[in-house]
Amino acid sequence: MRRFRKLIRGVDAKLLIKDAGKVMPDPARRAFLRGAASLGALTMLTGCDIVDSVSAENVLRKISEFNDGAQAWLFDPNQLAPTYPESAITKPFPFNAYYPLEDAPEVDGKDFKLEIGGLVDNKKLWTLEELYALPQEKQITRHICVEGWSAIGSWTGVRLSEFLRRVGADTKAKYVWFQCAEGYSNTIDMATALHPQTQLTFKFGDEILPRAYGFPMKCRIPTKLGFKNPKYIVAMHVTNKDLGGYWENQGYNWFSGL
Amino acid sequence: MSAISTSDTEPRAQVRPKTIHPLWVRVTHWINAVAIVLMMLSGWQIYNASPLFPFTFSPSITIGGWLAGALLWHFAAMWLFVINGLVYVVLGILTGRFRRKLFPISPRAVISDAVAALSFRLTHDDLSVYNAVQKLLYLGVIFAGFVVALSGLAIWKPVQLQTLTAIFGGYDTARYVHFFAMTSIAAFLLIHVSLALLVPKSLRAMIAGR
Repeated sequence: MRRFRKLIRGVDAKLLIKDAGKVMPDPARRAFLRGAASLGALTMLTGCDIVDSVSAENVLRKISEFNDGAQAWLFDPNQLAPTYPESAITKPFPFNAYYPLEDAPEVDGKDFKLEIGGLVDNKKLWTLEELYALPQEKQITRHICVEGWSAIGSWTGVRLSEFLRRVGADTKAKYVWFQCAEGYSNTIDMATALHPQTQLTFKFGDEILPRAYGFPMKCRIPTKLGFKNPKYIVAMHVTNKDLGGYWENQGYNWFSGL
Repeated sequence: MSAISTSDTEPRAQVRPKTIHPLWVRVTHWINAVAIVLMMLSGWQIYNASPLFPFTFSPSITIGGWLAGALLWHFAAMWLFVINGLVYVVLGILTGRFRRKLFPISPRAVISDAVAALSFRLTHDDLSVYNAVQKLLYLGVIFAGFVVALSGLAIWKPVQLQTLTAIFGGYDTARYVHFFAMTSIAAFLLIHVSLALLVPKSLRAMIAGR
């Protein structure tokens, strides 16, 4: 699950260092269950501290893995996320990341080449021009953040399933992994990757994806929480190994389906 | 409710104190108590990540430490809450306990018992018989339990269970429903725990059964 991120084209080295700082064991973050140890009500009821925080964390992670399975079971590959009229689009659509907008990656569209790896027949690099030539469709769907808020946006791009077909991906593989310009990453399950609304997105609101929303491309997945919709994508791998992801590795639920 | 009908499982009820709460009620009650506390305290931390109102909950009364930890607690304790709650409701119906203890209930009886309670004229001589205000509160909190679970599902799975989400008025509205269902359970708890402490033998009955 843990891996060293290799430097790849388009990765902002400065941000990568900042990012590495976040991944380093941070005592406050690692012991995120500490709050439970001082939980007055339960302590009173049981007469002792309910948690040895390490073992409780392990139990909770195991239950979270069980919940991954429950969600995969509940996931219906044909169930479409509700769509909305243009008038329902949230304006302005919020920018959200673990850094402020001015620190968002600036990818040069002219030099950009999408790297494809793993279990695919054709590992050729894709320029933006080639990507823009793919058949595209628009969706107006609700983006739901793990924090609880939601916003409706309009995204246009190619179906990920269509793109995977074109690169000759082994769709029997378990996962698709995305690497992003700032060092962010996500691994998603193949069933979700093949869902008809899972989209490699090039446009927001009919305009070329602005930097705030993930230029040059994001993966729009209306069946998953927002943090499972990677922006600033620079590489994609089809794999049988769960390569984890930025927030997933820190304790957020892996599947995070809607 | 006569002493005869409540003692049908306890032939020597005349000589032994009768069982007020059978074992299954006590077990599901205390499992539920733990589950509700875990759900509520983790839920408050989750609320804080994107508050619906201009206030947040003090971190000192939340669990999880941060959003990810709170979500892990919430989605672990939900199984305890839902499975235990279903066992309780199914047994409550099958054993006839709900029918015997919570019904009949009439608005007139609720009002007269509420007036009696507020003027401290309501007695607690027989803990096995609920007054109309108790019946209303217990039925109400069971209903709130259903609403909190279903609205929670609507928020958790607004695509897979989109019909349910639509019934709650859509994703954003379902969050408010979930919040108010939590609030009504919290209000119940406040009254419930206060009264249990005021009438200690009721607490003993829920632990020892009689």
